[in-house]
Order: sequence, then C-alpha cells, then structure tokens
Amino acid sequence: MIGWTIFALAGAGLVGLGLYGVIMRENALHRILAFNILGGGIFLVFGFAARRGAGAGFTADPVPQALVITGVVVAFSATALATAIVVRLTAAQAEERDDAPHAKDDG
Amino acid sequence: MTQDHALSAADASGRLLMAGLPPGPLLALAIILPLAGLVPLLLLGPRAGERAAIALAGLGLLLAILIALQVGWSGTPALYHLGGWRPPLGIMLRADGISAGMLVTSAAVFFGISLFAATGRDRTNTFPPTFWMLALCVASGLNLAFLAEDLFTLYVALELLTFAAVPLVCLDGKAAQLKAALTYLLFALLGSLLYLLGAVLIYASTGTLDIGLAAQRLVANAPATGIALALMSVGLAAKAALFPLYLWLPPAHAGAPPAASALLSSLVIKAPIFLLLRIWIGLAPAPLAEQAAPVLAVLGTGAILFCGMRALAQSRLKLLIAYSTAAQIGYVFLMLPLVTYSGPLSMPESLAWTGGFLHLAAHAFSKAAMFIAAGVIAEALGHDRISSLGGAAQAVPISVAAFAIGGLSLMGLPPSGGFIAKVMLLTAAIQQGVAWIAVVVLLGGLLARGYVLRVVVSALQRPETDASFVTIPLRRQSMALVLALVAIVLGFIPLQPMDFLLVGRP
Amino acid sequence: MNVAFDAILCVLVVLAAIRVVATTDLRAAVSSFLAYGMLLALVWVRLESVDIALTEVAVGSGLTTIVILRAISRMPLAPSSSTGSSPTRSAQVAVGVMCAMVTLGLSGVLLTLPDPAPSIAPYVAQNMPATALGNPIAGVLMVFRAMDTVLETVVVLLALIGVWAMVPQHRLAEVPGPLAPGRAPEPVVFLARALVPFGLLFGAYQVWAGADVPGGKFQGAAVLASMGLLLMMAGVITAPAATNVRLRALLLVGPILFLAVGVAGWSLAGAFLGYPAGLEKPVIIAVEIASTISIALALVMLVLGPPAGSASS
Repeated sequence: MIGWTIFALAGAGLVGLGLYGVIMRENALHRILAFNILGGGIFLVFGFAARRGAGAGFTADPVPQALVITGVVVAFSATALATAIVVRLTAAQAEERDDAPHAKDDG
Repeated sequence: MTQDHALSAADASGRLLMAGLPPGPLLALAIILPLAGLVPLLLLGPRAGERAAIALAGLGLLLAILIALQVGWSGTPALYHLGGWRPPLGIMLRADGISAGMLVTSAAVFFGISLFAATGRDRTNTFPPTFWMLALCVASGLNLAFLAEDLFTLYVALELLTFAAVPLVCLDGKAAQLKAALTYLLFALLGSLLYLLGAVLIYASTGTLDIGLAAQRLVANAPATGIALALMSVGLAAKAALFPLYLWLPPAHAGAPPAASALLSSLVIKAPIFLLLRIWIGLAPAPLAEQAAPVLAVLGTGAILFCGMRALAQSRLKLLIAYSTAAQIGYVFLMLPLVTYSGPLSMPESLAWTGGFLHLAAHAFSKAAMFIAAGVIAEALGHDRISSLGGAAQAVPISVAAFAIGGLSLMGLPPSGGFIAKVMLLTAAIQQGVAWIAVVVLLGGLLARGYVLRVVVSALQRPETDASFVTIPLRRQSMALVLALVAIVLGFIPLQPMDFLLVGRP
Repeated sequence: MNVAFDAILCVLVVLAAIRVVATTDLRAAVSSFLAYGMLLALVWVRLESVDIALTEVAVGSGLTTIVILRAISRMPLAPSSSTGSSPTRSAQVAVGVMCAMVTLGLSGVLLTLPDPAPSIAPYVAQNMPATALGNPIAGVLMVFRAMDTVLETVVVLLALIGVWAMVPQHRLAEVPGPLAPGRAPEPVVFLARALVPFGLLFGAYQVWAGADVPGGKFQGAAVLASMGLLLMMAGVITAPAATNVRLRALLLVGPILFLAVGVAGWSLAGAFLGYPAGLEKPVIIAVEIASTISIALALVMLVLGPPAGSASS
C-alpha cells in the first residue's frame, strides 16, 4: 500500500510541474512538452487508482489501464496536431515577413 | 438486450410510427452516422463527398427529430447500453428532454450551416473535402457529448470536438489565424486535461465513470468530490470560454471563414456548456451544487456585462459577434441559482430551467444566422469595419435583414426565442426574489441592443460615394435568413415550462 | 527493497520532469523529456501495467520526441515564440506557488481516497469468459468499452485530417519533406535493413498476441510506425502524399471495419458493438489488424507532418 502511494505523489508532482511549464514556458514546442508531462501525471494518478483497485485475480483494475492506453494515443495526436500548427505558423510568419510581391493563393 | 419500457406511455400514433424503431439504437446511429461521410470524402471526388456530407447532415436532423419525438411521446428518457454491457462495466447512452432538445437544435443548425457552406467558402472557391470532414466530426462529437452518460466517453467527445474545431479556425493558413488556432488548442487541451483529472478522481472515489451511478455514490463532504468537480468545471469553462477564460474565443471565432465561424460559435461551445450544466445538475451532490450555483451565475454575469461591453467597443463586425458569443454564454448559468437540486422543480423553478435551455437553442440559431450574414456582408463590401457598413442594406438586403432578425433574439425583443427565454429567466428571478439576476438579464439586453443596433444603423446608411459592391447570389444570402427566422419561430412557444425539457431530469 | 527502488524511480521521474520544464533550452528539454518517458515506462511496469509501459515507450516518449525534434529541425531560426522576454521573477514565484499548491492539494486528495478502493475488476473478471480473450485490457478496449476505442481510432485519423486542413489544398499532393536531410548515412541504411524485419515481426506479434498477453493494436501500430519511419530515414521507401488513394483507403480500413462490425452487431448480436456469439475472437482479431494498419499509417503521417514551407524544394 505504501509502495503505491509514492506513485500517487509522483503523479501529483508531475501535474504541478506540467502546469508550471504550460503556463511559464513561452516557446510553443516547450509548452507542448509540458502538456505531455501534465498528461503523464494525470495518467499516473489513474494508474494509481488502477493499482489500488486490484482484485478478482487481477494485479490492477483493467478499466483505468485500458483508458490510459487510449489516453496516451490521444495525447500523442494532440501533440502532433499542435506541433503541425507551430510549424505552419512559423512558415506563415516567415512568408508574411518576406511579403514578396508573389501573391500566393491559399485555396 | 435490456431496454427500459420506454414505449409504455406512448400514444397510439407514436407507437405506429415507432414500430420497429426502438429508440436506443437511434442514439448510437446519431453518433456514428456523420462519420460514414469520411469514406466518400477521402476516396471520391470533392463534389461527391460534399453531396454525401450534406445528405448526412439532413439525415442527422431526421434522426434527431425521431429521437426527440420518441422522448416526448414516451415521457421517459431513451437509454441504450452499447454492446449490451450495462454500467459500470459498459457505456450507456441516454437521451432525456434536454439532451434531445440540444440534439435537434444542433442538428438543425448544422444542416442550415451545411446548406450555406454548399454555396462555397467565398464567392469563387468551394470548400475542400477537409472542411466537410472536420464539420462531420463536429456533428458526431456534439451528438456524443449530448448523449453519453460516461465521463471518459465524454472526454473522447471533447477531444473529437477540439481536434475538429481547431483546424476550422486556420483553414486559410494565415499567420493570424494559425496563432489564434494555437491559442485555442492550448486552452482546449488544458481544459480537456483538467476535466480528465476530475473524471479520474471521480472514478477513484466511486469506482464508476457512469454519471448516474457516480452521482449515487459520491460523498458530498469527501475532499475528492469537491476537488474533482472543481477541476472538471475549470476545464469545461476554459473550453466553453466562460468569463474570465474567454480570451481565446474572439480571435478564433472571428478569423475563420463564415461557415466555420458559425459552426464554432453557435455549436461547438455548446458541448462544454452542456456538460458543465450536466455535472452540476446530474453528477454533483445537491449541497455542493447549491454552493456552486451562485458562483457560476456570477461568472455568467461577468460574461454578460463585461464581454457585452467589449462587444460594444469593437470596430470589426466579426469580432463584435464573437464577443457577443462570449457574453451570451452567460445567460444559461443565471438559471442555476433559480432551480433546486433535490426533488422536483416548483413552477418558477421549471420556468427558469425552460428559459435557460431555450436560450441555448435560440442562441445557436441566431448566432449562426448572424455570423453567416456578417460573412456575406463582408464579402459584398470587401471589409467588415462597422463604421463604414453604409450601403450594405442595398447591396445585400437579405443578409442585413437576417442579421437584424437574428439580433432581435440576442436583444431579447419580441417575437423571438431569445425574448421568451429571457422573460422566463426574468419572471423566475422576480418570483423567487433574486433581484440581481433580474437586473443582469435587463442590463444584458440593453448592452445587446447597443451593439446590434449600432451595426444595423450603420448598414442602413447611404453608401460612400466611391464604394463599389460585389454582387452576392440570392442562394448564398438566404440561408442566414432561414436560420434567423427559426430563432423567431421559437418566440411563439407559450410562456410556460415545457414538460418536454423536464423529461428524465435527475 | 522494492519500496526503496520505487521511491528512487519516482524521484528520478520527477527530477527529469523538473529538467524539462525548468530549462529554457528547448533541445535540452527534449533530451530530458526522452529520459522522463523511459523512466515513466519503468514506473508503469512497477504498477503492473506492462501494456501501458509498452505504449509509453513507443508512443508517449518515442514518437512524441521524434515529432518535436522534427519540428525544431524544420524551423531554422530559433522559433519565433521564444523571442519574448523571460517571465519576471515574481511571476515565476507566484505561478510556482500556485502549482505547488495544486500538487499538495492533489496529493492530499489521493491520500484520503476510500479504502478499500472501489473497482470494476470483479465485473471484468466475471464477464471475461464471454469475450473469449485472455488479456483483460483487450477485453475492456475491444468489448466492454469498444465505443471509446473505435472513436479513438477516429480521433487519430481526425488529427491527421486536421494537419491536412491547414495546408493549402493544392500542396497536399506534395510528398512530406524528408526525415533527414541529404543522403542517409550507411549505418542508418544498414540498421534499417537489418532491424526492420524483426521490428515488423515484433509489431505483428504484439497485435496478434495482444488478445491474450500484454500488447495490442496501439503498441503494435507504434512499433510498425517506427519501422516505417526508419525505412524512410534510410531512404529505402518514400513517404506517400496525402492525396494517395491507397494510403487513404488504408487509413479508413480500421475505423470503418470497426464501425461496420458494430452495426452488424445489431442484427447478429442484438446490440451495436456486440459481437456474434462464438465468433468473438476471430472478429476481434480482424478488427485489431485493420485498426493497427490504419493507426500505424496515421502515426507515420502525423510524424511527417504537413508538407514543408515554401523553403523546401
């Protein structure tokens, strides 16, 4: 029991650290990393709940475990989408800074 | 399959129409049907894909109406256990009065916006298939948010909506739009994660994600309960742009093409708003809900007054409408201190309940109409500066009319759904002696009058002498008018509690 | 002994996370993030969650790190968003105190959770025989909560559609930029040729065995995706364009087969997303294989990202 509690505390620590990074880091990619740490902390709290719920012959409650797996995949998709926006934004800012006469259509 | 006896109270005609159509499977169909459109949109040409998307939008409306008729006739919520597995192991879908109402509203507005989007992204370009795919995923995510009873499935619904909505902000790929989209995404992701953390705590303390079961098991004075509800509320408020977390909304909603703005502003934010109401009405223990209700109402007041004044100060039409969305969100939260959380609602309480949800519906129609109309006006004039809208009434009369008629509902003037909804809230507040809510409703109406009339008066001015206008086909102007007229039709609902919206209230 | 190991592990994870958020150097943050991910995977093993550990290594830290590194390499100048002045000392302290309070409050809540912990494990145990699967996590993902899973596969596809939507549509036909500039160095080519067959086998095994032992489509898909990326890095295969019809069909096959099985469940099993009695396992494995293909391809395309800016040829 005590052994699992340490994971809950680590999860809570990651939540706080992730939140700090999301708010304080100015670089968007850095923020995205902080989001992943926040998410990792939340998943860890869920994993703690799963481990506490061990029973019926299982070493952990399988429902939260399954949900964390889908959660990790969704978090990656969010990371990829956010990163794509950052890449496009940097390119668009560079293009608009050049503001060369070639009026690009964007249809 | 286990089905509750939903049909037992249905009248004969309802029975006949519903023969062979049990309501439960329709709920699942409402969620997956829009996704079928991904196949033609990814594999066939853009034209075929677009037609399929519009057909699916129409079918979705039909389905939503069938579900609502079923709920209305039977007087009991429609339930469905996915895969036949009951909670807490499985996931349940549930359509009560308010979710069926939201379902019909969003499907109707979605169909209207789709018909407008079919006339093109602007005068010369059509929408690419990616737009239609994102739109259909918005439709699917909305239906999931209105129907799912499971906190994690609702998290999936929120993610589905976020991933579909954020790219809609930056369809043109301009730097300003991409910046707005990035801010929106960061707010939305933070909101999702806070919501998820709350849901995790609910699971850890009750052993279920089902809202109904968790509500029975939650202990009001356990620290986890209050923290979980607070985390979920902050997360959902960030996604709903509830004051003071509204800052991401105006640039995101105002920068998109008109059809996308209409989707975002009239529909997408309704899902987190609905869920915020759901967790306080259906999940939270009554004593906690009674404490939270005034707090949420104060935030709603902040939205109505502060964002209303910001709307008044805007010089761009689209930004004005976006700020008006951030303001109008507030009304539904004024309902919360006016209802009880244990036992049936009294007469004035059910009046407040009806007014709150009617306001959500009326806002969806009028805001879609106004964003589309504003987009068309901007196309005709080549800009959307409010100070020089002169001539718009001659160039695009139908759009200006649609804007004004949609605006009636925002201002709370008769006849309109917004008027009825605000009168209901006002009456309920006065009958229950909560004067400050009555004052907020009245002040909010005055602010809305200010910013809507400013636009209409400017549009009625003569054109500047050197102004030239682009002609917009009638087909492209008319859809906004239809949506605005629906908001008017809602104004003919009798001024009394609607039994339909009370079906299945916990 | 075990408690001491767990405590050290947790301290290391938190230290790695501190390094990620405390540094202002993005590249240092990424390398710390990779270490953080690996340590977190160990934590999951200690929490008896090998399935999650596999997912964390493959997706949570592996692919995430690649995506961020690729984004850094595609932005030749320091990313514009980093030019702002660094936050003031007082803001740092204020936010730091707030976040510390979140951590403390959350810890307090977690320590007061009800005991014994409520759990769905007994329900899962009771109903596992009906699924014909051996891995309870697969049972939850594919049977009891299949709706979440099918929608998650849609979410992954939707993220990719979102990436495509923000690119000017005429440029969708372009092949995504190369993973590594210039010709691939010999060792990479050798590694790709030597490693990939094993990787493919391992990925396929994970999907196949995931029904009964830890593994499954998300982990298998991530392994397959990394093998695909390695082959691209070595120049053995080239990335398809977003308009490629075969790519699009394969992206759809997972979600659509899953949904089709769900609809078929109406008439065959009496419920949407129910499986026909007696055929559960073969149907579930077919859905898993189709989903793996779709997810793996979506992951590859998500890592490659949108076609590069106008700077690239």
